[in-house]
Amino acid sequence: MRKALAAAVVAAAGMVSGGALAAPESEDPIRLTLHDWTGQLITTNIMAAVLEEAGYNVELVQADYLAQFAGLKTGDLHVAMEMWETTGREAMDEATATGLVVNLGSTGLEAIEEWWYPLYMKERCPGLPNWEALKDPACAEAFATVETAPKGRYLGGAVTWGGFDDERVVALGLPFEVIHAGTDAALFAELESAYQRQAPIIMWVYAPHWAPLKYEGEWVEFPPYTPECYNDPAWGINPDMAYDCGKPRGPIWKVAWAGLAEKWPGAARAIEAFHVTNDEMGAMIAAVDLDGRSVEDVVDEWMAANEARWSAWIAE
Amino acid sequence: MADAGGTGAERPAAGGADVAARAPTPAPAPPAGRMAGRRLWLVLWGGLAVATLVLAALAPRLSAGPLADLWVPPAWLRPDVAGAISRFMAWLTTEARIGPLAVTEITRALAAAIEAPYELARNLLVDGWTEGRGRRAQQVFPPLSWIAIVAAAVALGVHARGWRLGLFAGGCLLYLAVFGQWQSAMVTLASVVIAVPIGVAGGLVLGTLAWASRPFDRALAPVLDLMQTVPTFAYLVPILFLFGFGPVAALIATIIYAMPPMVRVTTLALRQVPAEIAEYAVMAGCTPWQRLRRVMLPAALPDLMVGVNQVIMLTLNMVIIASMIGAGGLGFDVLNALRRLDIGGGIEAGLAIVALAVALDRLSQALAERARSARPAVAGPWLRRHRWPVTVAAVAVATGLLGLAFPAMQSYPDSLTVTTRAFWGDLVRWVNVTYFDSFEAAKGAALTHVLLPVKRFLLALPWVWVLALVTLAGWRLGGRRLGLLGFLLVLYLALTGLWEQAMTTLYLCGVSVVLAGLIGLPLGILAASSAVAGRILGAVTDTLQTLPSFVYLIPVVMLFRVGDFTAMIAVTLYALAPAVRYTAHGLRSVAPELVEAGTMAGCSRWQILLRIRLPLAVPEILLGLNQTIMLALSMLVITALVGTRDLGQEVYIALTRADVGAGLVAGLAVAAIAIVADRLIAAGARAQRARLGLAEGGR
Repeated sequence: MRKALAAAVVAAAGMVSGGALAAPESEDPIRLTLHDWTGQLITTNIMAAVLEEAGYNVELVQADYLAQFAGLKTGDLHVAMEMWETTGREAMDEATATGLVVNLGSTGLEAIEEWWYPLYMKERCPGLPNWEALKDPACAEAFATVETAPKGRYLGGAVTWGGFDDERVVALGLPFEVIHAGTDAALFAELESAYQRQAPIIMWVYAPHWAPLKYEGEWVEFPPYTPECYNDPAWGINPDMAYDCGKPRGPIWKVAWAGLAEKWPGAARAIEAFHVTNDEMGAMIAAVDLDGRSVEDVVDEWMAANEARWSAWIAE
Repeated sequence: MADAGGTGAERPAAGGADVAARAPTPAPAPPAGRMAGRRLWLVLWGGLAVATLVLAALAPRLSAGPLADLWVPPAWLRPDVAGAISRFMAWLTTEARIGPLAVTEITRALAAAIEAPYELARNLLVDGWTEGRGRRAQQVFPPLSWIAIVAAAVALGVHARGWRLGLFAGGCLLYLAVFGQWQSAMVTLASVVIAVPIGVAGGLVLGTLAWASRPFDRALAPVLDLMQTVPTFAYLVPILFLFGFGPVAALIATIIYAMPPMVRVTTLALRQVPAEIAEYAVMAGCTPWQRLRRVMLPAALPDLMVGVNQVIMLTLNMVIIASMIGAGGLGFDVLNALRRLDIGGGIEAGLAIVALAVALDRLSQALAERARSARPAVAGPWLRRHRWPVTVAAVAVATGLLGLAFPAMQSYPDSLTVTTRAFWGDLVRWVNVTYFDSFEAAKGAALTHVLLPVKRFLLALPWVWVLALVTLAGWRLGGRRLGLLGFLLVLYLALTGLWEQAMTTLYLCGVSVVLAGLIGLPLGILAASSAVAGRILGAVTDTLQTLPSFVYLIPVVMLFRVGDFTAMIAVTLYALAPAVRYTAHGLRSVAPELVEAGTMAGCSRWQILLRIRLPLAVPEILLGLNQTIMLALSMLVITALVGTRDLGQEVYIALTRADVGAGLVAGLAVAAIAIVADRLIAAGARAQRARLGLAEGGR
C-alpha cells in the first residue's frame, strides 16, 4: 500500500509539473494488455506511466498474446504494446484486415531470431559462428543425442513460430535434425539444463530476451536474409531451394483498437511516438529477470532518467 | 517426425498388447446354451486381432500404392468444416439476434451479472476500494487485513468441525502470507468464491434433471463430455468474443470446465439413494419437490461432496489457463516464474494453489458433514450463538483500524516473508547434473520398447479398418446405436483430415492412461485399506491434481528434454488422481454388512478384497477410469507445450492463429475420441456387471 501511495504522490507531482498539458479527451480508462514476458511488462508499464503523466486513466489487463485480438477488435481492450513481426504477423494481419485493429508503428525494438549456441560449444565445433562449420559431420556429431545420432540435434521453436528451420536444414545441407519445443519455457528449460551440465546444445534463441544476457553464447552467422532468399529458389547457395539463408529480423509493433485515435487522439499520438532501443530494453530486462528487481522500480527509474524524451511524446 | 513415416516394418511386441486392449472383453456370459455363440465371438475377435497385426505389418508396402486412400483419409473426403464454424461464429458474434437483442448483448449482460459479485469479492479480499486508476489509484477503504482472513478461516474450521481443522485451515492461509503469495492468492480466491458456487449450483440442477428424466440424461451426456474434453483453448476465442475480455471470460471458461463432474456425481448419487428411502418419502406425503429437497439430496450428500471436491479442484486447475486471459493471481505468477526459469518461484506459487485448494476442500467437506449431522442449535444469548462471526468481524475491524498506524497489521510485511526458491533451483540443478545420464538411459528404453512401437503400430493402421473395428466393437457391446455412434465419430476423425494427429493422441493418452491405471489401482486399494495411507495418498492426489502441471512440466523437460516421454509423464501424473480417488471411494463405500458377512463366512483379507470389495466397487472404479481418460485428454494442450504432434498441438496452433473453426474442429476431434472410449467402457462395464449379477448402479 505504501508503494501505491508513493506512486500516487509521484503521479500527483507529475501532474503539477506537467500542468500545461491538455486535459484528456475522455476520462474512460485506456486498457493496455499485459502478457507474460518481462520485456512486454516493461514496455507496457512505461507506456502506462507516460499516458498517466498526460492525464489519462489507464488500466492494465492481463491477456493472452494472441487471444487478445478478440478484445482489441471489439474495443474491450485498446492497446497491445508488443506484437512481434516474427511471431505475431499472421494474427496481426488477420486483425488489421478486419479494419477494427490498427498498427501504430514500431516500438523501436528489433526482434532477432536465430540459431544460437553456448560459447563452450566453440571448442567442440571450431569454425563457429560461421554456419559452414555445422556442415562438418564431426561438428554435427558434437551436437547429437542418442535419438538423432549421427545427426546433430537442433532445438527449434514451437511449430507455431514458423521460422522454416526444417527447410533451412535441407536447403543448406546441414546434417541436423530439427526438434520442435512446444513453448518458450520448454525451450529455455532445455538450455538451462544443458548449460548446467555444459552439455551440447544448439537452439532457437530470440532477443530481446533474458537468455542471451544470462548465458554466454553466440548467434550462428548464416548468409544474411533477403526477401528473395525466401521467395526465389534460385537465389543463394542452393540454386534449387529457398530458405538458404538466415532468419529475417523485424520490428516489434504496437497495435491498437481502431477507435483509439478517435476517442483519445492525444493518447494515440503518444503511443505512436513511443520509441525505445534494444540496448535500453536489454538492460531493463536484465535488471528484472536476472537481478530480481521489480518491474515497477525499473520503470520508475527509466521514467526519471528519460523525462525529456517522454515529455516530447505527450507534448501537443 | 522421424517415426511418422512408419518405417518400422517388423511387428513390435507391445503392439500385440495394444490389440488385446483394443478388442474389448468378450461378451457377457450368456446362459449355458449360448456358450457356442460366445466361443464363436472369441474366435472372431482373435481373428480380427491377427488381421490387425498383419495389416500394420504390411502398412509400409501397401500404404504407398493404389490402396493409399485406405490408410490415410484422402483429401477429397474432407469438407471444410473449420471454415463453416468460423463463419458461424463470426455471424453469432456480430449479427445473430434473439428477438430485439443481439446475442452479444445478452452474453455481455450475463457477464456483467457475474462481474458485479466478482468485483465485490476482489475489493473485499485484495484491492480495497480505490479512487482513480492505475498508478494514481488511491485507496479510500482497505480490503480485509490478512489477519482477519486467516482468523475467518480458523473460525470457519472450528465452526465446521473443531480446533484441529481450524488450525489447519488457518495454517494453509498463513503459508500464503509467509511465502509472500498473499496478494496473488487472494486474487485467485476471489475468482474461486465466485466460480465454485455457480459450478456447484449448475451441476446440482442439471444432475437432478438428468436423474429425473432419462431422455434429458441421454441428451446431456455428450454435452458433458464435450465440456470436459474439448480443450479450453479451443473455445477461448469465442468466449472472449461473447463475454468480453477480462476476469469474467476466465470465470466462464473455468465454470464450463469444472461443472461436469458435479452433474455426473449428482445423477449417480441420486440414483444410488436406496429405493426404500424414496418410497418412505412418498408414503409420508411429500410432494416431489419436498422429496427431492428434504429426503433425496440429504441422503445423497456424502456422494455429492465428492462432486464439490472435484469442482473446487478443477476450478483451481484452471487458474493457469484462466490467468492467460485475464484472471491474474497465482496462475500468472506460475507462468511468469517459469518463463524466467525461476523453478523455485513456480513451485512456490504452485504450492500456494495447492494450499488454497486443500484448505477450501477440507472446509467444504467439514461444513457439509456438519450440516448432515444436524447438531442441536446452541442455546443462549445472541452473542453466544454468533460468537464466531462476531469474533471475526471484531478482528477485521480492529486490524483494519490498527493497520492505519501499523501497516503490518493490514498487509503481511515483506521483510518477514520466507522463500525456498534457491533450494528448489539447486535441487533441480543437482538432480540434473547427477542423474541426467541415468534418466536418459531409462527414457531411451521406454521409448524404444513401448512408446515408439505403440505409436508406429497405431499410425500404420488403415483408417477404414479402425472404423470397422470400432463400429463392430460398439455394435457387439452396446447394440446398433452404439455401433452407429462409433462409426460416425471415427468417420468424423477421418473427415477432419486430422487422422494422424488423432492416432498420435490415442497413442499418447492410451499409454498414459494404462500407466496411470497400473499405478492408481493399487494405490487406491492401499488408500482404502488403512486410514493413514488414505490420508497420505489423499494429500498426494490432491497435490497432483491442483499443482499446475506447468510447475512440474518444466523440471521434467530439463531432465528428459522435450518430446513424447516428457508429455507422457505429465499426462500420467495429472490423470492419476481420479484412478486412486475413485477406487478408494468405491472400496470404502461397500456396505459394511457385506464385508462382515464375508468375515463370518471365513474369508481371508485377500478374499474379501477380491471377491467382495473389488467387484462391488466396479461401478466407482469405472467412473474413475472414465475420469482418468477425460483428464488425460484434457492435458493434451499442455503436451502441445512440449512439442508433441497431436490434436492438442492442432488446437494450440489454431489458437495462436485465432482460427476459431480449426480450433473447434480439433477440439471436437479430442472429444470424439473421449466419447468413443467412454461409451465402449460403459457398455463393457454394463455387460460385466450383468455377468456378476449386480444391479444397475446398485451397491
